[in-house]
Amino acid sequence: MEQNNKQKWSLALVSLPVIIWTLIPVIWIFSLAVKPQANQADNNFWPRGFSLDNFELILFGGASDLFLPALLNSIIVGLIATTISVILATFCAYAIARLNFSGKKMILFVALAVSFFPVISLVTPLFDVWRSIGLFDTIPGLVIPYLSLTLPLSIWILSAFFQQIPWELEQAAQVDGATSWQAFRKVIVPLAAPGVFTTGIITFFTAWNDFVFAISLTSESARTVPAALAFFTGASQFEQPTGAISAAAVIVTIPVVILVLLFQKRIVAGLTSGAVKG
Amino acid sequence: MANIELRDIVKTYGDGFKAVKGVSLDIADGEFMILVGPSGCGKSTLLRMIVGLEDITAGELKISGKRVNELAPRDRNLAMVFQNYALYPHLSVFENIAFPLRLARGQFTEDEVKQKVNAAAAVLELQDHLDRKPANLSGGQRQRVAMGRAIVRDADAFLFDEPLSNLDAKLRGQMRTEIARMQRRLGITTVYVTHDQIEAMTLGDRVAVLKRGELQQVASPRELYEQPVNLFVAGFIGSPPMNFLPARVDGDVLKLPICDIPIPGELQQKLEGRDLPIVGIRPEYIKDSSVQRPNDRDVTFEAQVDVTEWLGNEQYAYVPFESDPAVQHKLDELDRDLDGEGLRTQLVVNLDARSRIREGDVARFHLDPAMAHVFDLATGENLTRNEEEAARIARESEEDRRRSLERSKAREAAEAGAS
Repeated sequence: MEQNNKQKWSLALVSLPVIIWTLIPVIWIFSLAVKPQANQADNNFWPRGFSLDNFELILFGGASDLFLPALLNSIIVGLIATTISVILATFCAYAIARLNFSGKKMILFVALAVSFFPVISLVTPLFDVWRSIGLFDTIPGLVIPYLSLTLPLSIWILSAFFQQIPWELEQAAQVDGATSWQAFRKVIVPLAAPGVFTTGIITFFTAWNDFVFAISLTSESARTVPAALAFFTGASQFEQPTGAISAAAVIVTIPVVILVLLFQKRIVAGLTSGAVKG
Repeated sequence: MANIELRDIVKTYGDGFKAVKGVSLDIADGEFMILVGPSGCGKSTLLRMIVGLEDITAGELKISGKRVNELAPRDRNLAMVFQNYALYPHLSVFENIAFPLRLARGQFTEDEVKQKVNAAAAVLELQDHLDRKPANLSGGQRQRVAMGRAIVRDADAFLFDEPLSNLDAKLRGQMRTEIARMQRRLGITTVYVTHDQIEAMTLGDRVAVLKRGELQQVASPRELYEQPVNLFVAGFIGSPPMNFLPARVDGDVLKLPICDIPIPGELQQKLEGRDLPIVGIRPEYIKDSSVQRPNDRDVTFEAQVDVTEWLGNEQYAYVPFESDPAVQHKLDELDRDLDGEGLRTQLVVNLDARSRIREGDVARFHLDPAMAHVFDLATGENLTRNEEEAARIARESEEDRRRSLERSKAREAAEAGAS
């Protein structure tokens, strides 16, 4: 018991610096967002004075023309990319985990190799191609690169999850009268749910947070929030738009936090405990 | 209700490994058939071919006279209990049992599903656990849920793949009788794979003994025990196993390492040209002469006992002997086939618990030579197998089976009439 407590305390002690390290930038952004315009550059970490002017500016004021459409684009791009990526990755990973076909190792290897590619090296050629085939500044024009970025990782994660699910479960379902599709849908997918959620969240975050593709492959009509932030301007040329950018950053962080809190349990949830004698 | 017919079933894996080499087997309606053999003998593969989880390379499989080789598992209407139970961890016990019913969409109303699951749960005493998840159940309970999933549908046959091997010894004994009771009650054709010969002997109407993909003998447990067809079956069935002794034919006696036994007339012809047969004697046929008086025809001998094991109801004594090197290679091969470890050659004697023989004693034993089996060294064939006796045992056990099946059907009908 004492040992247990000791362990707990030492763990807390180790994690404390990590928590502080990761929280400082977040708190700082929050602090900048609520600082009144006049105090923006006062070199204080904690805000002296509190105002919601910045939020008003980007939601209803002058910057809302820039921010609100970008927010909508972000949501659309994120959701479409996530849906397609999860569905494709689930099928692909299932095939890799269950079937024996030639070229299986090749697929996994290529998938991994692709994800090692530096993103920035892809942007310029992609920009050229997109412009000539009319995908520039469109939603699909963003979704496609995000898919190719996230699919490799999703496939790797999901095939690991599928491989953990005992073959017998599926065979049992088939003997019980299920078709392969029913066995997949009623037994395998529910069991792989933590993996599916994990990949879904990874994909959504990638699409949601990406700046490089967003700034290079869009103009007015498909611009997402990270790119739009770069176009914020101050109220006059003597004012920095720091407050407005921070406020926007706070707003786009909210869905991320909510998602993580919602699905945290599902991600951590034990996978197949009790399926077979362990 | 169905009979299952296997005709020259062959399984060759992609790498060319032949797991099953032409097995033919008829399983009668309502019969409890056991597939038994050491690991790697192809018994599980055979079962999985019956249920449809493995393709049949060659041969024909018929269920109720209909060829099913090409049917998917779901179209064969068989129920299977897996070795590791294969319960669906995300579903409650109720939903696990109801799973096959829910798949037959539109066939059952919600009330029917409930009623059927509750009936199955009542048979298996799972009523209190219906809302729990498999993860929270004990091994025995999980095993019962797996059986519940099988009995809830009106399957043509049950298939068990070593269902008890994950349970501890006490629970295994309980579940064994439970399975026997259930099978008799439902009177359903059952194929049961095991490597445990106690399960094979106690559960089966008939037992099919397999060795490296080949069927050795299909017979009732009693026939296997008393009239095995060859060395392998004789060594596999029985615990502790049959003693195999190298013998030398010398005129009309067989010289064993421990004693000489006379050769009866009919065996003498068969032994011509076979100078080095193997003699098999079950441990319980060797008696302690100080507890039990020998009969006139018994052969007596003295031997030094190396180790004794007293178990309360019986006692084992071990007598080491020097083996004939000309025969040893055959005995080693047999030992490997039986998953043995190739340890020292010793005679096991199953003594009466009252016996006062202790370690290191030189004791007097006797045995009835008529109870000994004599096997051919090269082919392993049992030269002393009595076909008439074997046929009589087969007839008797088939009668027993029919009677008990009729009884259970009559009881079922009476219960149905009463309710």
